[in-house]
Amino acid sequence: MAAEIIAPQDVQASRAKRGRYDRLIGPLLLSPSVIALAIFVYGFIGMTVWISLSNWDTARMNLSLADPLLSVYDKLFNMTRFQINIRNTLIFTVFFLLLAVGLGLLFAVLLDQHIPGNALFRNVFLFPYALSFVVTGVAWRWIFNPETGLNLLMDVLGVNWFLGLFGAGPFAPKWITDPRVMGDLANIIPLPDGIKAQLGFPMAMLPVIIAAVWQLSGFAMAMYLSGLAAISDEVREAAALDGASTFQLYRDIIIPLLKPITISTMIILGHVSLKIFDLVFAMSGRGPGYATEVPGIFMFDKTFKVLEYNTGAAASVVMLVLVSLVIVPYLARSMKEV
Amino acid sequence: MATILSTPTKRTGTRWSAGKILMMVFLVFMLMFYLIPVYIMVMNGLKTADVVSFSRMWELPNRLTSGGYGQAWEKLSPNVLSSVSLVVPATVISGFLGSLNGYILSKWKFRGSDLLFTLMLFGMFIPYQSILIPLIKFLQSIGLYGTIWGLILVHVVYGLPFTTLIFRNYFASVPVELVEASRVDGAGLLQIFFQIMLPLSVPAFVVVGIFQFTNIWNEFLFGLTVITNPARQPITVALNNLSGSFSIEWNVVMAGAVLTALPTLLIYIILGKYFVRGIMAGSVKG
Amino acid sequence: MEFYRSRKVNRRTVTLGSAAAFAAVSVFPGMKLAAQEGEAEDQLEIFSWWTAGSEAAGLEELFNAFREMAPDVEIINAAVAGGAGANAQAALQTRLAGGDPPDSWQSHLAKELNARYVDPGYCESIDDLWEEEGWADVIPEGLIAQSTIGDVKYVIPVGVHRGNVVFFNKQVLTDNGIEVGEELSIDDFVAAADTLMAAGITPLALGSKDGFETPHLFENVLAARLGPEVYNGLWDGTTDWAGDEVKAACEDMVKMLGYVNDDHPALTWDGAMSKVIEGTAAFTSMGDWAYGNAVVAGVEDNIGYVAHPGSAASYISVVDGFVLPVDAPHPNNARTWLKAVGSADAQLAFAPNKGCIPARTDVDASQLNEYGQWSAGDFAKAAVLASNAHGAAADPQFQAAIGEACVNLLVSLDAEAFQMELADAATAAELGA
Repeated sequence: MAAEIIAPQDVQASRAKRGRYDRLIGPLLLSPSVIALAIFVYGFIGMTVWISLSNWDTARMNLSLADPLLSVYDKLFNMTRFQINIRNTLIFTVFFLLLAVGLGLLFAVLLDQHIPGNALFRNVFLFPYALSFVVTGVAWRWIFNPETGLNLLMDVLGVNWFLGLFGAGPFAPKWITDPRVMGDLANIIPLPDGIKAQLGFPMAMLPVIIAAVWQLSGFAMAMYLSGLAAISDEVREAAALDGASTFQLYRDIIIPLLKPITISTMIILGHVSLKIFDLVFAMSGRGPGYATEVPGIFMFDKTFKVLEYNTGAAASVVMLVLVSLVIVPYLARSMKEV
Repeated sequence: MATILSTPTKRTGTRWSAGKILMMVFLVFMLMFYLIPVYIMVMNGLKTADVVSFSRMWELPNRLTSGGYGQAWEKLSPNVLSSVSLVVPATVISGFLGSLNGYILSKWKFRGSDLLFTLMLFGMFIPYQSILIPLIKFLQSIGLYGTIWGLILVHVVYGLPFTTLIFRNYFASVPVELVEASRVDGAGLLQIFFQIMLPLSVPAFVVVGIFQFTNIWNEFLFGLTVITNPARQPITVALNNLSGSFSIEWNVVMAGAVLTALPTLLIYIILGKYFVRGIMAGSVKG
Repeated sequence: MEFYRSRKVNRRTVTLGSAAAFAAVSVFPGMKLAAQEGEAEDQLEIFSWWTAGSEAAGLEELFNAFREMAPDVEIINAAVAGGAGANAQAALQTRLAGGDPPDSWQSHLAKELNARYVDPGYCESIDDLWEEEGWADVIPEGLIAQSTIGDVKYVIPVGVHRGNVVFFNKQVLTDNGIEVGEELSIDDFVAAADTLMAAGITPLALGSKDGFETPHLFENVLAARLGPEVYNGLWDGTTDWAGDEVKAACEDMVKMLGYVNDDHPALTWDGAMSKVIEGTAAFTSMGDWAYGNAVVAGVEDNIGYVAHPGSAASYISVVDGFVLPVDAPHPNNARTWLKAVGSADAQLAFAPNKGCIPARTDVDASQLNEYGQWSAGDFAKAAVLASNAHGAAADPQFQAAIGEACVNLLVSLDAEAFQMELADAATAAELGA
């Protein structure tokens, strides 16, 4: 980039000198941040991996390596509880992503139609994004308590009376206290022997998913709205000239154009949901039969309550690997694009 | 042109109105659904201890009082103070360092700087559980464990990837010619930064400020594990403790939730434009 | 030179710099102050998980006893909420691991004391305090043993709770024609529960949210079915977890869980007790701290109590004590605190609030409330057992494994699978080794 500008000789000479000096000063100024992150991210991850391979399973620190080396992971993956944790994380991630991204897209497309009250809708759908997961959890926890909350609202609004007229039972799901797990993957495909958890949909997870969608669908909406704003009017007009209906316009032209936004949104929300902790901690905790427990909570429990540091560390390494599977390709791709 | 366009618009316009009504119904329904938690928190927070109960959670308060807010403030004000004294320095320091990093990584690239940047960015995405045990041991060894300063350090370091990203993207859009011209004038790296880049970067600072403030204010795990004295723990941790104990009246918990939400909500309301811009600019949130 | 040419830039940098400086200054004085105060020893920081009404009132009585001995010292109450210390213990462990101990904290005895605090080296011997205060003469043999690790005493017991009690709503039982005498057998309870079920009342209120409540119920069931001796054998390897006695207890447990409320995963023990107080449920099996909630609610006249069905011969003890940390921030105050909480007056004032009985036997039991007198009477008669749900009977890993088995049982209601899980955990725990 420097060669593009033609400068008088003397200035160029001093610039070259300056440049050399500046080339040193740049990395130097960067170094405090780089060193801090090298220690706090990579150094600490390395230490966590070490702890996960060690014998440290009481309050007393013990960093000697386990024999066999992977015995902690072996124990971890054989635990029904941890298998349930992994199942919960994946179920949560898949359904949360579908709902949050789908709803975000729907909101964005509808608000793209110059609906009256546009700004109000946009703001209300987005504001939960500004809140803490803890606030969300504390509020929704009572809304999804089976004996109060939504079930009570249905009573108050007369929905249950109405249902009763048709002989239907009252609307009274057990929400976060529901221990049922619907379906089992083992009925569809044969699973390896070691799998002890029922690989179905834990019903108690549904309210947590709804709360997470409430909090983050606005983010997806905002992403899509920016994408829609970037699509020029010519595209729309050209489609209108071709006689495409509004539905066709969106299905065939606009939504495909928004694909990069969809991918970014999926990756960002996906990595948030793979490492979810605060929301579950504040809202449902472990849940009935670990129905809402995720590795983040398991790690906290094992590390700080039971003092099995190696098991806690191993669980966190599993979380890191899950998140990395999503994030590393994303980072690698964006680095190439730079 | 006008005639060609007006005919189909009119035709779809009539067909539209039915669809539009449906859309409105859907959007209004969703609007009400999105406001349910707000209603529950605000209304029950306004109730007095003698009328608040789970069986009457959907009712409006029967008279106008400050409800549980007084008691919530009494219980949570030390934690609000704690959060403020944590968020302000952590935001300022990580923002400043991020602007410097972003400037160097966008305008003074060197061999491997893009790789370095990517490696730094990774720190934004990791689950913090995976660094928690060594972090606590480290803070202990430097004598900052359990202190606000320790937590500030943690938030500054783990905030760096985000602030660096925002500033790097922002400075990348600043024309190279501007930098080149100053270099021709003999200005050095730091001079250009302070003279040209910083004055230009107010919008980026606003974005970084909003997001760092929001992220740190809302953070829970570090607050829970790095600060152990309940009186000094950040507000989110205090709210969770409050909601976990049955002896506290429910109106106080709901009022506490509103108090916890208020600062970030105000920022969102006042600086909403920048908030949305930030979502686009970084399209990232930890 | 050019650097200073633009005034605008300069002002901005100055603003930014002063903002940072302001932020730094605004925090720093507070920190410095705390450090100075620390040196003067005019503070005492006490950690516990007593934040609920009656428990907090009990703690306040202990504070009062300390204030009488050291009126100028400011007490910092570092209590963390969360039933039976589920959250608090985690917070405390991070503090201790971080080298930031409070001046004293609440601990259960025996295994918990050892595994969490003594073995990692967080506790100082208080043999000298025991000597000075003559505690060995006034504290019963069984509690002295639970306070001693190796040959060293690390804790002073303050109050003794009974874990195997059921509380019931008298009105609800009367309305359904159920009478409870001095003792309640398993069969009588089952009959009563069936009557209540038919009447649409939850027979047994349970809150399983915190994680300790279900193992708590289970150990009551174990003690009832096994009797004291076999129960004790569970923790030293002499009773076979895969055997017939445990099998019967597991089946009892499943039967019990058939009587509980549906929303138990959303409730903690206080929520379950509230159901009994309100009369939507009839019984709840909990430690006697639950009675304190009835006292605070002013409805103790309507709340009856009896040993958990079939367990009258056992007194499952949950003992609270306080310890002295290594490197206490205010060591002199900490020692004064231990003397205060070990005194007869403090324990007598503490007990009725906390709903427990004093650990000292030289206090006048007639000063306790009716419930306290009942509990103290049984404490003298029944076999005193250690509680697993409250950490005294098993080390944290085995305790956690039993907890996990209970969580699974709540969903599966499969006694056989439950027993198998327990037996596996017992094998892994290498009991008696």
